[in-house]
Amino acid sequence: MEINVLLFELALTFYLLSTITGVIELFRRRKATSNATRYLAIIGFLFHSANIVVRYIQGGHIPIMTIHEASSFFSWCILLLFFFHEYRYRLGLLGSFIMPIVFILMLSSSIFPREIKALSPVLKSYWFGIHVTLAFVGDAAFAMACGIGIMYLVQERYVKSKHLSRLFQKLPSLETLDAINYHLITLGFPLLTLAIITGAIWANTAWGTFWRWDPKEVWSLITWLIYALLLHLRLSYGWRGRKASILSIGGFLFILFTFFGVSLVMKGFHVFG
Amino acid sequence: MEILVVGLNHKTAPIEIRERVAFDGQKIFDALRILRESEVVRESIILSTCNRVEVYAGVKDGEDGAEFIKGFFSDFHNIPRELLDKSLYVYHGAEAIRHIFRVSSSLDSMIVGEPQILGQVKDAFSLSLKSKNTGVVLNRLMEKASSVAKRIRTETRIAESAVSISFAAVELAKKIFGDLSVKSFMLIGAGEMAELATRHLINNGVKDVSVTNRTYERAEELAREFGGRPVRFDNLLDELKHIDIVICSTGAPNYILTKQDLQRIMKQRKQKPMFIIDISVPRNIDPKINDLDNVYLYDIDDLQGVIELNIQARNREAQKAEEIVTAEVESFLRWKASLSAVPTIVALRDKAEMIRKGELEKALRKLGPLGEEQIKTIDYLTKAIVNKLVHPPTVALKFEQEDKDELIATIRKLYGLNSEKG
Repeated sequence: MEINVLLFELALTFYLLSTITGVIELFRRRKATSNATRYLAIIGFLFHSANIVVRYIQGGHIPIMTIHEASSFFSWCILLLFFFHEYRYRLGLLGSFIMPIVFILMLSSSIFPREIKALSPVLKSYWFGIHVTLAFVGDAAFAMACGIGIMYLVQERYVKSKHLSRLFQKLPSLETLDAINYHLITLGFPLLTLAIITGAIWANTAWGTFWRWDPKEVWSLITWLIYALLLHLRLSYGWRGRKASILSIGGFLFILFTFFGVSLVMKGFHVFG
Repeated sequence: MEILVVGLNHKTAPIEIRERVAFDGQKIFDALRILRESEVVRESIILSTCNRVEVYAGVKDGEDGAEFIKGFFSDFHNIPRELLDKSLYVYHGAEAIRHIFRVSSSLDSMIVGEPQILGQVKDAFSLSLKSKNTGVVLNRLMEKASSVAKRIRTETRIAESAVSISFAAVELAKKIFGDLSVKSFMLIGAGEMAELATRHLINNGVKDVSVTNRTYERAEELAREFGGRPVRFDNLLDELKHIDIVICSTGAPNYILTKQDLQRIMKQRKQKPMFIIDISVPRNIDPKINDLDNVYLYDIDDLQGVIELNIQARNREAQKAEEIVTAEVESFLRWKASLSAVPTIVALRDKAEMIRKGELEKALRKLGPLGEEQIKTIDYLTKAIVNKLVHPPTVALKFEQEDKDELIATIRKLYGLNSEKG
């Protein structure tokens, strides 16, 4: 087995373990597993980072060429944000909601071919690195917003229905979740905007046109419009809390479709590989 | 020495009796003196709270001790024995230890997991300690009782969730808003429960307080009490757009806040969440308000329901706590058993012999090859020294009658014979 494949499998395994302890944590009384979820994720993250470094060295370019690489890099970005939020806000049960997303992305990554492809000449551009990095960090912020949105809906359900379970005790307060959701959207939205702009600039240098209505471009635009709408409704009409959470979950589903659906179902030059 | 508990509590005695046997104020010092000077009781502690009055004692003989303490209750408070005997319970030995651990951990309290009792037990102990009523056994037992209580508090969740209306309100407010110090609060009306909840909210960080009442003077009065701002009742709807948390407790026969009112208010405050607690009966706030987004309305029954569930959860946790108590009682009994003369003498001799052998071997190795006679002499020498040193404590352990527990504990401490710690 190649070293990068081994590292990937190790990362995947630790993310699975972390997801399992995260889910157990939802149903258990004790606090002990909370650390397990975090540390298992950290160990997985170290293997994962090593995997990315190895692929970078072997391929000579940032490893986001194939759908396997892109999906894996996407989860890596989510984890980075997860650790930051976990450290900064100490949110109870955050891992239980984020790690399943990370694990599913990694699992999808694992079913695609893993060979390292050579960089096609058109991608050898300064803009390319900036474009994809912005896109991935932005999408990772939206993924986090989705996880936080789910937490909000669960907690809101408890408070509204007046049935306060054990989970209610462990989940963070509604306003905290809403505030973090908002701040993640305000992080993701400018990044997505910049990704689209740098993408257009790069397209112009590569093909001489800013916009070609390729499916990925169209779906990215739709995603951008959803988050623009979300921000607008929030600021002008007070669409916060439950509505904002539902929208951020919906927005993330569009991102996933743009990410996997468009690449697999539709043809276009954004297709990996 | 036998450990003994004699007392009564909220389950065995009505308040009329509990009041009469309480050792309040100066009485407790007289009571402790009587117990201290008695021939039957060697060590004693008096715990007197509004829910229980108990004497913890170390006595020579369990039956005599129980009889003496019952008589003491009756004489001291001038209550006929027949009346007391119906309420008083007596626990001996292991059962007494278990009872003391359960009381300290608040497993025997009216509300399981309530936080005050451990402090009360500690105070009772320190009072007895200062009056020199306790000795080795009760000192150790009470230290153990607090550590058991702490262990139960951290390892189970018996004390976790709110079990009173006002605490449940605070707990919910925290789960909706997180940081309460930046939130505004309004009390509509008055009433004991509402004022208590207000007090708890303020203790939990709420700073911006306003009070309204149909009688403006009453609003002013309460506002002064809470360091808040009085608001005219007619301005209520206007004011509410700045308010995050509301407690409503008025005697109005109808709804003073309708769904339409609140819909408008929510629009004005850009849908910022509101937590409304309506503890008035009949209800003063339209229950349909809870259907609005970002509004959380709890009435008295809702809060009661929350508490009910929390109490059930605590009782489930109490099962786990009982297991911890059982284990700790056994560990205490093991320590207490070590407090008898024979095992202490054996332990002391074993330890001395072990040291002697170890040192002897070391010395022989250093000295190199020696004749048999020489080895014999050295061996004899070390044995003689050890025996002479161990002899006096052994004699003391065998013949001393008074304060034997004290002596044994001291010897075990001095010679480092306590295998078990904590």
